[in-house]
Amino acid sequence: MDWKLYVMAFLVGGGICMLAQLVLDFTKLTPGHVLTGLTVIGGILGGLGLYEPFKKIAGGGATMPISSFGNALVQGAISEAKRTGVIGVLTGMFELTSTGITAAIVFGFFTALIFDPKD
Amino acid sequence: MARDPKKKPLSVDQKRYTEMVEALAPKPTYLRNAMLAYLFGGLVSVVGQLLTDFYRLAFDMSPQEAGNPASATVIFIASLLTGLGVFDKIARYAGAGLSVPVTGFANSMVSSALEFKREGLVLGVGSKMFILAGSVITFGVVTAFIIGLIYAIFVY
Repeated sequence: MDWKLYVMAFLVGGGICMLAQLVLDFTKLTPGHVLTGLTVIGGILGGLGLYEPFKKIAGGGATMPISSFGNALVQGAISEAKRTGVIGVLTGMFELTSTGITAAIVFGFFTALIFDPKD
Repeated sequence: MARDPKKKPLSVDQKRYTEMVEALAPKPTYLRNAMLAYLFGGLVSVVGQLLTDFYRLAFDMSPQEAGNPASATVIFIASLLTGLGVFDKIARYAGAGLSVPVTGFANSMVSSALEFKREGLVLGVGSKMFILAGSVITFGVVTAFIIGLIYAIFVY
């Protein structure tokens, strides 16, 4: 366990969230716009090869924000494209994000079955 | 008496009214919002890092692999808290601190599923689950598709 990584995770993860909050407060953008924008930014940074080094520095501060989802989609598409060309872009797309999407669907479904909406 | 309304000085009543409205209007809470978002976003990131290290050491995984069960665990916690109605109460203070991390992705799906539960399992829960998360997935995939295509054609 590297305590410096935890400090970086807090600083970077918090920083990204604070920037998003400032955008929400000072512009008319909705949370949907901000999350979508962050995903696209993460994807572009991933395409430029910057997100993986960023993850090494910031740990959870880079993997927890939604930008990590955009990056994971890109990494999946690129790594399969390297192996099988254009078709790989289609087959590799969800290779790395499968866990997150599957978990959210399954937990979401069963939570909706068990609980009822509050007020 | 026709007078230019721009030059008309505010009457005493109007001045008092303006002062009263200003005193009652909610003060902008930008600084507080930003600090709370920082705090909660930072905490979620630390929890994510803690879980990554836990899976890495407990199951002998690489940091890359360990990130997957770590985010699944965070998604599980966020789903449960949303079902219990606790998530929204915390999110009221945390703002982007909980909506930007993967917790927000999970919360958007669970809360949409719950909200449309009365419309049935198929048309409500099944299809409305993606009402907010769908945009993130669509734009993420389109971005990744374009970048992947550029790599497939020009780089490899």
